[in-house]
Amino acid sequence: MIDSIEKKILEEIAGLHEIPQGAFSLRKDGESAKVSSTANIEIKPKKDKPGIDVIVKPGTKGESVHVPVVITATGIDDMVYNTFDIGENADVVIVAGCGIHNPGEKKSQHDGIHNFIVRKGARLRYVEKHYGEGKGTGERILNPVTDLIIEEGAYVEMEMVQIRGVDSTKRNTQAKVYKDAHLVITERLLTHGKQFAESNVVVELLGENSTTQLLSRTVAQDNSRQIFYPRVIGKNKCRGHVECDSIIMGDAVVRSIPEIAAHHEDAQLVHEAAIGKIAGEQIIKLMTLGLSASEAEETILQGFLK
Amino acid sequence: MLEVKNVTYTVEDEGGTTEILKNVSLTLEDGKFYVITGPNGGGKSSLAKIIMGIYPVTSGSIIFNGKDITTSDVTERARMGIGFAFQQPPRFKGITVGELLYLSAGESGRGRGCNFLFDVGLCPKSYVDREVNGNLSGGELKRIEIATLMNRKLDIAIFDEPEAGIDLWSFSKLTETFRRMHERSKTTIVIISHQERILEMADEIILVADGQVQKKGNKDIILPGIYRDCNYTKNCLERIETIDR
Repeated sequence: MIDSIEKKILEEIAGLHEIPQGAFSLRKDGESAKVSSTANIEIKPKKDKPGIDVIVKPGTKGESVHVPVVITATGIDDMVYNTFDIGENADVVIVAGCGIHNPGEKKSQHDGIHNFIVRKGARLRYVEKHYGEGKGTGERILNPVTDLIIEEGAYVEMEMVQIRGVDSTKRNTQAKVYKDAHLVITERLLTHGKQFAESNVVVELLGENSTTQLLSRTVAQDNSRQIFYPRVIGKNKCRGHVECDSIIMGDAVVRSIPEIAAHHEDAQLVHEAAIGKIAGEQIIKLMTLGLSASEAEETILQGFLK
Repeated sequence: MLEVKNVTYTVEDEGGTTEILKNVSLTLEDGKFYVITGPNGGGKSSLAKIIMGIYPVTSGSIIFNGKDITTSDVTERARMGIGFAFQQPPRFKGITVGELLYLSAGESGRGRGCNFLFDVGLCPKSYVDREVNGNLSGGELKRIEIATLMNRKLDIAIFDEPEAGIDLWSFSKLTETFRRMHERSKTTIVIISHQERILEMADEIILVADGQVQKKGNKDIILPGIYRDCNYTKNCLERIETIDR
């Protein structure tokens, strides 16, 4: 049975209304609460440290894995190590995510260290949502570390979302992309109040014809601060595109520092970055359709972060 | 019916204030097709934006269906049944054409909006899921803007230079759509335009120049004078070019 707080958090971070069938791992308040495997996807707790190994058999198609983390108490400091081994030619979806409900005055923190090996010809879609709530004054902190090895011909699409409620986050993502492999990272983030978000992404394009696309769309409201440092390093014949796009509001501060580095004459790398406020003409346009100014602003932000 | 009464609109600039509209008065009757025309910088778009509430009046008043809406904002006027299609519509990252049609007229308006997309020369299937962003050309964006406005059930629909940026083929479809809109609905249509084909469709022409309504009346009476003035200008320019040579 899951209580109402867990239910709400699971819905926010993973779109779950109940414990799903299939491969599943629920971590609650710093401990593994439920683990279940399937014939093709094995989930087993690590023996030497907190965390799980998720092993997807080669050729597994159309299956998904849910690995949500829920924190419902104040003063929790959770560190977890998860390893995902996606077998050759598999095609799966992993829905991760962490939600913190902090009802007290102490900080609650979850640091997830994720290692991925996406083997030859496999396809992986990874969705990670971060969410925070609770009336307590204690901070809600999430610091994910993601390391990826993407083997020949594999395809990885990562969608990393943080919409409201997380006081501080520092994301570190590193990827090594081999021959004919492709990596797409889409980061969507909204900060408000005095929140802080930092994202460091390093993608090394090591193999011939490897490609990557890094896209971040963020909104910084009130007095929040954001720093983005996406880097693409081309070490072979490869293509990379980095795009950082931010809307700034109130007294927020956004730093966007995309970097591309070519170590090969056939590396084609592009970066672009833009920071700006919502254009007045966009709000006026939506007002001419009958939306109020605040409805127009919300519609623009929702669209931008979609 | 919409009445603009003694409206003046001034803006602050470096040298002091500039009067964009000077004591303008006019009446727009229900169901009529008006074309506002006149030289660039004469105040046409400002007048339209004053009616929509995008620009505030400096003095004077605006009465809509007997109600003083001078201080009503854009949203209130939109909800009362006034609509405006921008000359240069803004782009929206993440908002699709279908969503814009939904915003303009609710769920029931999405299907109807697709018909209007077709009317302005866009294949609905190819466009409803496309974002209204930088990937669309200026002409495509303009046609989406027009379809969005036509999709709304309005008392007054104002189109600011709808023909700008539209290719010849789509322009024919567009004029036909305006004609049908006028025939089939009771909406008062106001188009800012310099295009002869649009001018010829009007019930009434409003000539705005130098911040004032210079002429207003039946197109058969007003248009010959406008054409005469244009020919006069054209002849003058040709004479100047001859002298230069």
